[in-house]
Amino acid sequence: MHSPHSSRHRRVGDGPVIKWLLTGIALAVTAGLLIMPLLVIFIEALGAGWSSLADNLLDQYTLHAIGLTLFVAALTVPLNLIFGTALAWLVTRFRFPGRKLLITLIDIPFAVSPVVAGLLYLLLYGRNGWIGSWLADYDVQLMFSWPGIVMVTIFVTCPFVARELIPLMQQQGSEEEEAGVVLGASGWRIFRTITLPNIKWALIYGVVLTNARAVGEFGAVSVVSGNIRGQTNTLPLHVELLYQDYNIVGAFASASLLAGIAVFTLAAKGFVEWRQARILTRQQSEETL
Amino acid sequence: MSITVDGINKRFGNYQALNNVSLDIPEGKLTALLGPSGSGKTTLLRIIAGLESSDSGRISFSGKDVTGLHVRDRNIGFVFQHYALFRHMTVAQNIAFGLDSLPRTRRPSKAEIQARVSELLDMIQLPHLAQRYPAQLSGGQKQRVALARAIATRPKILLLDEPFGALDAKVRKDLRRWLRNLHDEFHFTSIFVTHDQEEALELSDQVVVMSQGNVEQVDEPIELYARPDSRFVFDFLGQVNALSGAIQHGRLSQGKAWVTLPGVRDQGDAQLYMRPHEVRLASAPDARANLPLRIEAVSLIGAEVRIELSPVGWHSESSDDIWEVSISHAEFNRQRPTRGDLRYAVPEIGHLFTGKNTRPSPVTWAEEEHCRAQALCPS
Repeated sequence: MHSPHSSRHRRVGDGPVIKWLLTGIALAVTAGLLIMPLLVIFIEALGAGWSSLADNLLDQYTLHAIGLTLFVAALTVPLNLIFGTALAWLVTRFRFPGRKLLITLIDIPFAVSPVVAGLLYLLLYGRNGWIGSWLADYDVQLMFSWPGIVMVTIFVTCPFVARELIPLMQQQGSEEEEAGVVLGASGWRIFRTITLPNIKWALIYGVVLTNARAVGEFGAVSVVSGNIRGQTNTLPLHVELLYQDYNIVGAFASASLLAGIAVFTLAAKGFVEWRQARILTRQQSEETL
Repeated sequence: MSITVDGINKRFGNYQALNNVSLDIPEGKLTALLGPSGSGKTTLLRIIAGLESSDSGRISFSGKDVTGLHVRDRNIGFVFQHYALFRHMTVAQNIAFGLDSLPRTRRPSKAEIQARVSELLDMIQLPHLAQRYPAQLSGGQKQRVALARAIATRPKILLLDEPFGALDAKVRKDLRRWLRNLHDEFHFTSIFVTHDQEEALELSDQVVVMSQGNVEQVDEPIELYARPDSRFVFDFLGQVNALSGAIQHGRLSQGKAWVTLPGVRDQGDAQLYMRPHEVRLASAPDARANLPLRIEAVSLIGAEVRIELSPVGWHSESSDDIWEVSISHAEFNRQRPTRGDLRYAVPEIGHLFTGKNTRPSPVTWAEEEHCRAQALCPS
């Protein structure tokens, strides 16, 4: 047994066997499930050399898929930025019946499988759907074209910004904004000079997450896009198509692009978190001065 | 600018926060809204400011109805309980915010704003902190910046929500004095919310005591303390020594304890309230009263000696069953009361609550004893 001296300084979890066993398991799982697959993507993509990777990425259909993916993200991110900010403002600054319900409803896109979401949109807005059939009379087609892709991407990514903002805005309270309005500032001036600087980093964090999901979304998009090569094929769908065509190198080339975006997103997310933590500790250390 | 509050009602769900409240706040006076938490004082302040809407009733400034006027256009200064300084702006930017927000036609030039800001920084004695951020300030400094920001646009009305609540005792005392001077210098009509009786009585010209959404009493501090209108006000404003019992033939008694009540003809249940300074301690009962008490604690700190006593053979009305008597240090040195001693309380002035009367009637003894000594009492 341990001597009383050493055991006095032991805390829970300090047993060396358990500590190294748990650390080892965690590292093995991370390596096997996360790091190795990521490495395989890049190794396979570069397996036939840089020129082959470039050829595959510059393929006409791949370029179109990249363009469509960026276009969808470029529409989704600003729309969700506005929607998420407005929603967070609404539920944290006002009291109204159904507020709690609304906060719960925000999470529906997280709870529902993206495939189900895609099907719901198809049933509603498809040619035979409730709204779709009416729109078809006016020659408006949403499904199997880019508006449908944008719609489901917005649905799938809409909680990210609001989810980041709501806890922060709840914690900050509305006193600063009230002080602003008492001092005669207009609503826009209050938002621009008081609210926005206070939520800036959470907002950027939300945008990073929204963008990552908008670029990578597969399930919902695959239901509503129709997978038309060169027309409604986004990058994740394109990877799937190439793979089914037995174009392994092409599939991995496109996949490496997606993985690259993911790595970049992680780096950006890490930077934002580091900034937030630094601001927080700086404020706290100054408060204790 | 005077403020008139007329029949304000406010309900939060099932909770009646304000119940038909009417008030007159005279121009140029410093008024305290005093009450325990949940009494509606902060809600009333926020309704006067326009930060909260009332369910019914009207608010007017100098006779002009402002009930429908947006808070932005009421031109009031408001100091928040937790300061609510803009954390992303420097002290100078915070103070300039109100001036920067004025519509272009009324907005002073950049140089004028800067001059006004440095004038205010001098006034709050923090010119060296102009470029600091709120997180870098102490509580007292934050509070002064909040005040400077509130008065930068020269409002006629200054509203303060628990202005000194979060500060330690020493800073609180300094800031209180400073606020009083500020008020006297600028002649605002000011209202401040507090739950601290001492703060309200010391600082204000007029105190509004509130409880459960109702105004209990409006009076000058000295009147309020000397002549409380109700049991609630009496209890809330400082320590109370109470004897509750039954009156029979001009004597209030409970168990072994009794007090004569000269000139009182009521019968039945009653309570006699006394402040700590309205009672003196004797070593034997006299003709006035028999209130045996045992000394529990003696506190020498302060201008007076505070003695805590527990009743012997009877019960006080307070929950802790403790009486508190304050005597001068000179008196203390003469008597040398120590813990465990038996003493008899002799009331000098009492406040008698009988039956369902909410107002107390004053009771004095000196006259009675005087006339008895001269054998002149009416029979």
